[in-house]
Amino acid sequence: MNFDFSLVTDSIPKMLVGVGLTFQLMFLSAIIGLVLAVVLLLMRLSGKWYLGWPAQVFIYVFRGTPILVQIFIIYYGLPQFEAVRDSIFWPILREPFGSAVLALSLNTGAYVSEILRGGVLGVDRGVLEAAKALGLSARQKFIYITAPIATRLAIPAYSNDFISLMKATSLASTITLMDMTGIARTIVAKTFAPYEIFISLAIIYMIFTFIIQKAFGRFERYMSKYVNP
Amino acid sequence: MTNTDTTPLIQLQNVNKFFGSFQALKNISLEVRKGEKIVVCGPSGSGKSTMIRCINRLESHNGGHIFIGGKELTDQVKDINAIRREVGMVFQSFNLFPHMTIIKNLMLAQQLVRKINKPEARETAMHYLERVKIPDQADKYPVQLSGGQQQRVAIARALCMKPEIMLFDEPTSALDPEMISEVLEVMTGLAKDGMTMIVVTHEMGFARSVADRVLFMDEGEIVEEADPETFFKHPKNERTKKFLSQILTH
Ligand SMILES: Nc1ncnc2c1ncn2[C@@H]1O[C@H](COP(=O)(O)OP(=O)(O)O)[C@@H](O)[C@H]1O
Ligand SMILES: [Mg+2]
Repeated sequence: MNFDFSLVTDSIPKMLVGVGLTFQLMFLSAIIGLVLAVVLLLMRLSGKWYLGWPAQVFIYVFRGTPILVQIFIIYYGLPQFEAVRDSIFWPILREPFGSAVLALSLNTGAYVSEILRGGVLGVDRGVLEAAKALGLSARQKFIYITAPIATRLAIPAYSNDFISLMKATSLASTITLMDMTGIARTIVAKTFAPYEIFISLAIIYMIFTFIIQKAFGRFERYMSKYVNP
Repeated sequence: MTNTDTTPLIQLQNVNKFFGSFQALKNISLEVRKGEKIVVCGPSGSGKSTMIRCINRLESHNGGHIFIGGKELTDQVKDINAIRREVGMVFQSFNLFPHMTIIKNLMLAQQLVRKINKPEARETAMHYLERVKIPDQADKYPVQLSGGQQQRVAIARALCMKPEIMLFDEPTSALDPEMISEVLEVMTGLAKDGMTMIVVTHEMGFARSVADRVLFMDEGEIVEEADPETFFKHPKNERTKKFLSQILTH
């Protein structure tokens, strides 16, 4: 077979039209997911079983099932329930965009919560004892000592999760969203040239991965200035 | 905190401490009056750290009584942090806050615990940094300092809280030999100013020149307690003699 470069140059600008939607899915889910992750983390660190246990179940369920299946359950499954259709969330859940953001947020929230917990567990015990000996309360210790140190420790793993999330946004195309992958699929349907189109698409995602990695690398260096000043 | 020179500042009465079924402290009784300096020595694992950690309640004891300034440490003590801030502690591994500059390390607890405003906290911090002779390092991060400097910062950080009592847990054991004296010098100065101190250390020169009393601990017990002169020249207990012969020949 031969590789048609004109298809590549034609299709890339068309696919970039979907970049806005890809970014919306990515940033919205990342922000909601991060908030959720912190809530789940605090529930697990609370030491109260009635908070810790539900958080653990939630994390287990969302880490243990494919995102694609989660998207399908939320988009196709939830509307079966009258309570969902009657709720104030219906205008959001009715839309494929809302469903995709919800699924991606819940998923990334579960993963990031574990990543943050790793960071918290990595904080030196001696440093926390010093804070305690100085009279800091448990809450003050968490805010001023644990959180900033754990954040730095979590950045490398978090940047990996962020890249996974960016790539997972492509699954939204399965519920009719016209993100970059959605557009690529319609072009393929018209041109019958999956090879050229999907390779172009892959290259775009790779460039984004590269940029995200660089950005997090910078952020990590900034946060680590006290380790390697 | 109310004290007269007659009531002890620190009082331990038959204190026991268990880790599971292992007994780390066995009937420890000790009284420290205001201004006294106590040096504690003994082999590794004898319970020295556990004892001083019980005094600021980093560990809770399982039996007996501990009084700080007349207040008993119990589970019911509401404001344990109010008692804790009267007791400064210096650790073997410095334990500075790695993500904060030196000056911030010294200001944090003043602001959060003592509710002192920022300019005043900064002034106090600079005062104590000068006292430990490293005011020029104020804006650096802990990793940029040598071990000896870090430990002096840790001492200054504890002093910023204006504690009544200072506890030291092997403050020089993690230091390179050439840095030990700069830390001991700061501690000696503190002792001269009348600070009440309990120091776990094997620096026998320091014990001789500073201590009012030296305690020898072994297997969770205080085996011997004497003034330094008597302790080093005429130890009574066989275990003390053996321990002293070991560390003094090194
Ligand atoms: N958190 C802990 N859990 C279990 N055992 C401990 C704990 N802390 C100390 N111990 C044990 O208690 C004993 C006394 O320890 P420690 O007070 O640290 O001794 P020292 O400071 O004299 O070397 C040791 O046998 C140690 O293993
Ligand atoms: Mg010890």
